[in-house]
Amino acid sequence: MKVAYWPGCVSRGFTPELHGAMEAVAPLLDLELIGIDRASCCGAGVIAEHNQELADTLNARTFALAAETPGELMMNICSTCQGAQSECQERLDASAEYRAEINTTLEAEGLAYEKGLVTNKNFLWLLVEEIGLENLKKKVKRPLTGLKVGPFYGCYIVRPTDRLGIDDENPRDQYMQMVIEALGGEVIDYAGIYKCCGFPIITMNKKASLQMAGTHLADATDADADCLVVPCPLCHLNLDLQQPMAAAEIGRDLSMPVLHLPQLVGLALGLDNKALGLQRHVIKPTSVIDWSTAVIGSTVEAGW
Amino acid sequence: MPEYTLRLRRYDPETGEAPHYEDFKVELEGHRSVLEAILQVRNEQDGSIGVRCSCRAAICGSCGVRTNGKAGLACHTHLDAAAKNSKHGENVIVVEPMGNMPIIKDLIVDMEEVHWKKIRRVTPWLVAKEPVPEREYIVPHAAMVDVTQTMACIQCGACVSDCMTMEMDPLFVGPAALAKAYRFVGDPRDAEQGQRLKDLSEDPHGIYDCTHCFQCIEACPKGVAPMSQIMRLRRRAGSDFHIDDRNNGHRHEMAFIKNIRKNGLLHEADLLPDSYGGKFHPRAVPELLSSLPVVLRALKTGKVTVKKALLHEHKASPEIKRIFDTVENREVRLEYNLYISGNEDDLADDPADTTGGTATATLAPPVVEAPAVEAPAEPAAVETPVEPAPVAEPAAEIDTEAPAEGEPTEGDTQ
Repeated sequence: MKVAYWPGCVSRGFTPELHGAMEAVAPLLDLELIGIDRASCCGAGVIAEHNQELADTLNARTFALAAETPGELMMNICSTCQGAQSECQERLDASAEYRAEINTTLEAEGLAYEKGLVTNKNFLWLLVEEIGLENLKKKVKRPLTGLKVGPFYGCYIVRPTDRLGIDDENPRDQYMQMVIEALGGEVIDYAGIYKCCGFPIITMNKKASLQMAGTHLADATDADADCLVVPCPLCHLNLDLQQPMAAAEIGRDLSMPVLHLPQLVGLALGLDNKALGLQRHVIKPTSVIDWSTAVIGSTVEAGW
Repeated sequence: MPEYTLRLRRYDPETGEAPHYEDFKVELEGHRSVLEAILQVRNEQDGSIGVRCSCRAAICGSCGVRTNGKAGLACHTHLDAAAKNSKHGENVIVVEPMGNMPIIKDLIVDMEEVHWKKIRRVTPWLVAKEPVPEREYIVPHAAMVDVTQTMACIQCGACVSDCMTMEMDPLFVGPAALAKAYRFVGDPRDAEQGQRLKDLSEDPHGIYDCTHCFQCIEACPKGVAPMSQIMRLRRRAGSDFHIDDRNNGHRHEMAFIKNIRKNGLLHEADLLPDSYGGKFHPRAVPELLSSLPVVLRALKTGKVTVKKALLHEHKASPEIKRIFDTVENREVRLEYNLYISGNEDDLADDPADTTGGTATATLAPPVVEAPAVEAPAEPAAVETPVEPAPVAEPAAEIDTEAPAEGEPTEGDTQ
């Protein structure tokens, strides 16, 4: 399957292991990634907060560029891109008059946004809705037996539910649990699954931001998770890169590995740690790596 | 008739007992509300259950509770829908008091202690612009339409209950009060928009404390979308009133805009120092020093290399720069508000609609006043109405409604 691939900024910036892991996993899932190279940052909500039309125009341009590729749909690997772009797309699709206004700005470049032309799906949605869990199960070479994984969705990919198309038919707020199980892992239920990692206010209210990250990490620790998995690199920044500071903020030792979704999939599909960039994490995913290089399918011994 | 198990969180501080959950069986049609189930249980099984309610029609805002972990109105939540989202077993519906507020008894929370205090915090009344006209104020129609979204608030507190910033920072002014603040900041008759915005920007727990978690949008039963109102407050504070707050809020926004205009993609290495006002800004030094361990960790793990941080690999194309210039140089910001203008598909489905399904791009209220420097609003700037309003009744729209919280209402049990 060919997809117009939008990795976003952070997956090529401060979390380069995410983009790398996605590129390593794609061929194993028969995905051909066609980059939308000329596209710009989605705005992460900040551009929309500054000027809605600016965010809508930049993302309309990204959609128009995606439509020019031979990809069947557009795929992103960042919840924040998904949320920010869905928000813009909702407005663009709501009014012909508004679309026309935006397209006037894009005209000079020979681009136009057309309603219904581009479907934009996060890798998580694509895994379940396009690749399919049964198909995914068949590709598993090293089931994550005994690995206790806590899903951490973050905000942009689960709220608001109607904008993100979460309903009975597409329970997108359950997909991470479904994927973890399909890969052979055990889902850990804990208080932070749908909470905010705190990243958006790290420059404005560092204390509250780190408290959020620390609290969710501690909850997952108390629920006995071996690691967390995130579909969003910004969550990863606050949960992994900032974890030592979050631990200091809540006054607790924390050592919770946080994996990007393509990394978790890659592990089960048999890729090695280096190819997935696991060495680039601040909190070394020792419990995960030692398990995966040890006897396949063995249970994690207590005391790792 | 389906049978539901209502699992209520019980707590009565006067008994000295710890909070606990109690199951009650109810037989009711699935389309009946959670509130009806609670009232049935109270009438037939246990008269001591504490719940606050009045209109039972999603108008008064009294019956805010958490159903299966999500805040909303008990009278506005169907039993079958609630049961479907339950993680606690078939037809088990867990009802708890709202969060972020102290509990008075069972499902009744102390709205005064949190919600109403915060509402009062934002001066929730119109400060009339002088001179007061002999008859009515004449204001552009679009400006009043713009504030109708926040006027839809029924003060139920559902957004306050689920606010994730408030969970960590109880001093956060919060979604309901900030939405209310926009009610007056967006009203052209208000004389103190500049001061209101200055106050809420400088407050460390004000508009820049919102973490974009969308919980308030999700919780609100009336479509107020408090987070969207907070973003509008930020737009007005930063772009129209040029308020450079001490929380780095506006600076962060402008650093982000500058970064994308220059690089096309985000260059994180510049964002942090720029958000604090630049590498050499007095405020930036302590902040950057405290971030040093994070930077070192990023370098150590190979997330970032010195070369990558210094070189700007990406450059924004001329097309991206042109988009920035075109849009940023408009005299009036173009905004499409779905709450007000709707969706063309929905309009097409509506037989009563006579516009033939054309959603009109109601551009945001003409942003009439925009003082160039940090200064209170110039009263003179709005004197000229953008369009004459032949029958202006704005005075009647002054939003002073508040459900009679303290008054005993039918069905009010303590």
